Amino acid sequence: MALHTSAGARTVAGLAGSGSGRQPVIAVAGLTKRYGEVEAVCGIDFEVARGETFGFLGPNGAGKTTTIKILCTLANATSGTASVAGHDAARERDAVRRNIGLVFQDTTLDTYLTAEQNLRFHAELYGVPKAAVAPRMRQVMDMVGLWDRKDHLVSTFSGGMQRRLEIARGLLHAPHVLFLDEPTVGLDPQTRSSIWQYINELKGREDITIFLTTHYMDEAENCDRIAIIDHGKIVAIDTPEALKAGIGMDRVQIHTADDPAAIAALAEKFGIEAVTREGAVTFSVAAGEQFVPRLFAEFSVPIRSVSVSRPSLDDVFMSYTGTTIRDAEASGTDAMRQMAARFRGRR
Amino acid sequence: MATEVAIAPEADALAEQIRVAVPEGGYRHDLRAVSIVWRRELIRFRTDRLRAVTALIQPILFLFVLGTGLSSLAGGSMPPGVSFKTFIYPGVLAMSVLFTAIFSAASIVWDREFGFLREILVAPVSRASIVIGKCLGGATIATFQGIVFLILAGFADVPYNPVLIVTLIGELLLLSFTLTAFGVMMAARIKQFQAFMALTQMLVMPLFFLSGALYPLTGLPAWLSVLTRIDPLTYVVGPMRHAVFSHLSIAAPFDQRLAPGITWGGWLVPLWLSIGIVAIMGLGMMAVAIAEFRKTE
Repeated sequence: MALHTSAGARTVAGLAGSGSGRQPVIAVAGLTKRYGEVEAVCGIDFEVARGETFGFLGPNGAGKTTTIKILCTLANATSGTASVAGHDAARERDAVRRNIGLVFQDTTLDTYLTAEQNLRFHAELYGVPKAAVAPRMRQVMDMVGLWDRKDHLVSTFSGGMQRRLEIARGLLHAPHVLFLDEPTVGLDPQTRSSIWQYINELKGREDITIFLTTHYMDEAENCDRIAIIDHGKIVAIDTPEALKAGIGMDRVQIHTADDPAAIAALAEKFGIEAVTREGAVTFSVAAGEQFVPRLFAEFSVPIRSVSVSRPSLDDVFMSYTGTTIRDAEASGTDAMRQMAARFRGRR
Repeated sequence: MATEVAIAPEADALAEQIRVAVPEGGYRHDLRAVSIVWRRELIRFRTDRLRAVTALIQPILFLFVLGTGLSSLAGGSMPPGVSFKTFIYPGVLAMSVLFTAIFSAASIVWDREFGFLREILVAPVSRASIVIGKCLGGATIATFQGIVFLILAGFADVPYNPVLIVTLIGELLLLSFTLTAFGVMMAARIKQFQAFMALTQMLVMPLFFLSGALYPLTGLPAWLSVLTRIDPLTYVVGPMRHAVFSHLSIAAPFDQRLAPGITWGGWLVPLWLSIGIVAIMGLGMMAVAIAEFRKTE
């Protein structure tokens, strides 16, 4: 059912062995996916360079999982093209599948098998050369610190251990691209940070491109580049630093002896509109650290303390979508989310 | 999670030696896939002893409780020295694989609900090899289940004749394969575990009762006679009963009445055709299942 627009049907040739690094490992053009009446992904374009860690940031139901499913050959696009590791995701499925590793949002382990049996199953299914199976299993299980648990049933593993095992399994066949769909969802903060530790170590260890989706702002910070996706559209795409710099404003909070007087003085002297937040006079200003010396020099109200903070990705998300990611999740996306869950459950 | 384990130092050294290149497919890769899917079924069956035991209870009830209880009623129709238990043994033997084979396909529905199916479906391997592995796996464990029941043959006065046993095992294997293929075909369409169980449960008993497992196919009213000929299980129970009866010394008139063979409007269906029908049905349903799994959302 996939329609291929000829303009978008460009594939990247000869990825393997070419060390140029300029050719995109993932190239997506005009990608659209419709489920009945609902457009889950509405014409997105992006490219991911070799070796990059690329993040899809957006609320649940924004189209992240749908995009991953198309890239992983689990779903057909309604229109547009996607190529992964130089192969078209719709027409060269097996070639794409050989080159990618996957860690899904929900666990896809067989909990009635041991950790080793799960990996063995994967190795055979992917046709990993027989001589390489045992050492490679050892290597990836060491990487996530599960070698000593290899003979345990997966059903005895904690959520964090299962996720680590899935990462190990996703790497077993040495893929060029690793897809992580919400890799840390449902895990406690400590386990989340340990998962990230493994992912970051992995980047130093293997020649791999990572594509991940998340709705955690702090996790998106780990990415080289981020695409902010909302209602099936990419609203911004850049490095986390550039995105935050694009906001242009730093947040300054001052504690003063007389807050109302300080607010009045800010308006009078600098034309800045300030409000009281969290017990401090709060306002936004470009280049906050350069503003602070002026403040001290020209301000009549005694200042007890000052803090300047850079905009967070929360602010970025807010500025592009007009809502915080948490509010976006709580509001109108419920129907979409339910639908997405239904489609997720089907295959 | 205070038990995070540090990265082992030897992992770095290993990274240098291991070259993993996933091959370009080909029949050897597909064979490995068939084999591992098949092996997983066996591993799971081995670890699930409860399932193996419970699957035996129903045929044992039919053979010993129903078989013994009804023998006083049915005794008059039986030839001297042959018990009713012997008569129903082939049918109950078929039943011993019925549940295991069809429900082995339930693991597909289960895998879908618990996500493991996705791990299988994104692998760079043909969907055909996955379905074939699944059908062979289900057939193997169901046949194994049948063999356990075959050990009880002596209690039904069925002789432990090597030729008979090999024949019966062969027929069990074929039956198990076809039933598993049927289950896999259903599992390809039915996404909810509850629905799958309800539907297959609903089908299992009619399949068994219409197969002539508990009564001879002669002298039936027309409506029942037609239904028995539609039931695929009939085409295995018939040959199995034929095999058992040919290893007993039974007077010809009794043999004619109790194991008359399957007839279509008076024409006797030969054994090879009977077996062929079952095999073709199995292969056909497996083909449907493969086509179904090739579809992409």
